[in-house]
Amino acid sequence: MSIIIDTDICTGCKRCIPACPYDALAMEGKKAVRTPACTGCGACLDACKYSAISLAGGQGRIKMDITGFSGIYVFIETLGGAISEGSLEILGKARELADSDAASRKTSRVTAVLPGHALDRMPEELIALGADHVIIIDDPRLAVYRTDYYTRVITDVIREKMPEIILFGATPLGRDLAPRIANRIKTGLTADCTGLSLCSKDGILLQTRPAFGGNIMATIVCPDNRPQMATVRPGVMRRAKRDSNRIGTTETMALTLGKKDDLIRHVEVVENTKDAIDFEDARIIIAGGRGIKGPEGFELLGKLAAALGARIGATRAAVEAGWISRAHQIGQTGKTVRPDLYIACGVSGSIQHMAGVMGAGRIIAVNSDRNAPICEMADETYVGDLFSILPELTREITERKTTAA
Amino acid sequence: MHIVVTIKQVPDTNEVRIDKKTGTLIREGVPAIMNPEDKHALEAALCIREELGDVKVTVLSMGPPQAGNTLMEALCLGADEAFLACDKAFAGADTLATAYTLAMALKKIAPVDLVLCGSQAIDGDTAQVGPQIAECLGIPQITYAERIKASEKSVEVESGFGAVRRRVSADLPALVTVGKAINRPRYKTMKGIAAAFRDKGVQLLTSQDIKVNPGRIGLTGSPTSVKKTFVPELGRAGRIIDGGPETLSLGIIHTLEAENLLPKS
Ligand SMILES: Cc1cc2nc3c(=O)[nH]c(=O)nc-3n(C[C@H](O)[C@H](O)[C@H](O)COP(=O)(O)OP(=O)(O)OC[C@H]3O[C@@H](n4cnc5c(N)ncnc54)[C@H](O)[C@@H]3O)c2cc1C
Ligand SMILES: Cc1cc2nc3c(=O)[nH]c(=O)nc-3n(C[C@H](O)[C@H](O)[C@H](O)COP(=O)(O)OP(=O)(O)OC[C@H]3O[C@@H](n4cnc5c(N)ncnc54)[C@H](O)[C@@H]3O)c2cc1C
Repeated sequence: MSIIIDTDICTGCKRCIPACPYDALAMEGKKAVRTPACTGCGACLDACKYSAISLAGGQGRIKMDITGFSGIYVFIETLGGAISEGSLEILGKARELADSDAASRKTSRVTAVLPGHALDRMPEELIALGADHVIIIDDPRLAVYRTDYYTRVITDVIREKMPEIILFGATPLGRDLAPRIANRIKTGLTADCTGLSLCSKDGILLQTRPAFGGNIMATIVCPDNRPQMATVRPGVMRRAKRDSNRIGTTETMALTLGKKDDLIRHVEVVENTKDAIDFEDARIIIAGGRGIKGPEGFELLGKLAAALGARIGATRAAVEAGWISRAHQIGQTGKTVRPDLYIACGVSGSIQHMAGVMGAGRIIAVNSDRNAPICEMADETYVGDLFSILPELTREITERKTTAA
Repeated sequence: MHIVVTIKQVPDTNEVRIDKKTGTLIREGVPAIMNPEDKHALEAALCIREELGDVKVTVLSMGPPQAGNTLMEALCLGADEAFLACDKAFAGADTLATAYTLAMALKKIAPVDLVLCGSQAIDGDTAQVGPQIAECLGIPQITYAERIKASEKSVEVESGFGAVRRRVSADLPALVTVGKAINRPRYKTMKGIAAAFRDKGVQLLTSQDIKVNPGRIGLTGSPTSVKKTFVPELGRAGRIIDGGPETLSLGIIHTLEAENLLPKS
């Protein structure tokens, strides 16, 4: 990645200089120039009112022959005998891409790659949820995830099948595995995508992701190497509607290991910390922030949540204060959620928190500060003290329930 | 035993703000810092040195000349030696080219028994460089470490891995990426600072020094590129409702009703 400054267009207005997070732009004569500190991040592009700055790909890059590649492949992650929800979401997205207008012969077929052991009825499930084809690699040595064996098996699939695109979940497992594979294949990998689409002009994958702690979104492409690889953030995409009549094919592949594939001596799962909060099917989420002021505040939220049948979320500030467990954290470094209604109480509306609730149907804020940033990001902000509003609201809802019953 | 900690200099993204009028990042006054998780990786290395005795801790970075300041900080904290891979040809690298360059630098300063990285840098945010270095070197990787037990010949690591905790062990040489939960980094001491400025310094490595393939570094060696960047659009209608607790509570109830979310019983 690199930027190019067109010195004919540059007016020397200096707007780009403070926009650079790396302090990498300087004035030379009356023109802006890039210095060696430039990382090509593109943060300066929007700052230039004259469009003098553009991004350029590498010159003289070693290109690979990309003609023989086709198909959208999805790596399926399993845990405790079940397919992970995140993998099903990505499968749904892959289906949507394959059915979109921009799809071509190269991107019209969806293949699920399912390594593991005792996979039972999972292949049928994957077909019902959008796969045209499932590659099954069932081997007891794949029962517990290990980087070395999984890298080998997925690399074998890629070398044999030559996918145009392959997607992984941006889970700890996916983010451990995908970079190792990308490096072995020598192709590009885009991390933690929240948006995927096919370019209507040339059909390549447009991969959008947050960077700089969520302060900026970047659309990344991998034009000259295949497969195009990405990890996809869980909770953002939607799984396809289940259709048990969908027709698909399956095939099995074997795990073959060489000497070099035995890198890890021992792996064991020491503890199953599967957090109990399942935001997936929550229609309402009530979140508490620093304005909740303490664990007692969360008890207040708990009562309202019980009355409404809602789940409880939290900001990082509330989690780091120790008022509630990390499993409740929503946002950039927590969960991404998509309820019908999100009620944010004592939450200021930082970009990192709101990034996790972008997909909510409706957002309500309860905040004592009418100038808090959340007022511009919520559909409705109720300005007042949450300690008087929430008990009143809980009382009202409970009362209506009892009169209705 | 030789431990190398990879360290990235990053802008402190906690301090980054968006200019709402122009929709761009405001860097003004944002300091360049040592990537926070790399500080934890360095601390882990220093702890292993204290425990095992005969251990050398080297720090390595790829970046522009000013990244040398961050390496100097690592020396003040107690690292024994520092290398900065610094060359115009390295600029514009994505994670594939970054990992290749760092791996070639590691080969230059070999033998290395243990490589420690942060899990993720706070600017690029990919968490890809650690695993990619391990693959370049053909050594095992263990990610998201929350506890490391090292001996002369092997490492045993406990990691928080999403819904499970895992214990993984591997023979050295190996690469481990660490998260913030692993330890509390120490502060610089006057003695450490004095020793660093008196006896130590940052050694530069150019593309010639580390014998890289010019097709695999910097912009040329990077398969990904940024097509465009934009500020996330989070704005909504933003209706403001004032009133006493009862009025506000009724307002919320109306919204619940309108959305068909009010429980009936
Ligand atoms: C890289 C990075 C990643 C991050 N990831 C996340 C993430 O995943 N999730 C996350 O949440 N944060 C994340 N953060 C932190 C984020 O930037 C904010 O610091 C955090 O979200 C603020 O939390 P808050 O809104 O609870 O607290 P504050 O910003 O302190 O807001 C408290 C709000 O409560 C209101 N209030 C106070 N008293 C009352 C009252 N009595 N009644 C009503 N309202 C009241 C105040 O007006 C204020 O608006 C991240 C930051 C970084 C740099
Ligand atoms: C907006 C934006 C988006 C990007 N998206 C992608 C993308 O999707 N895919 C991609 O391949 N590249 C991407 N890049 C490029 C990537 O940020 C750079 O290649 C960067 O040099 C390394 O990636 P990282 O910051 O994500 O590091 P991470 O992989 O998150 O860093 C993990 C650890 O590796 C070590 N490390 C990383 N970089 C260095 C270094 N220079 N010197 C020493 N140690 C280091 C540190 O120990 C660090 O804690 C993007 C860059 C920007 C600005």
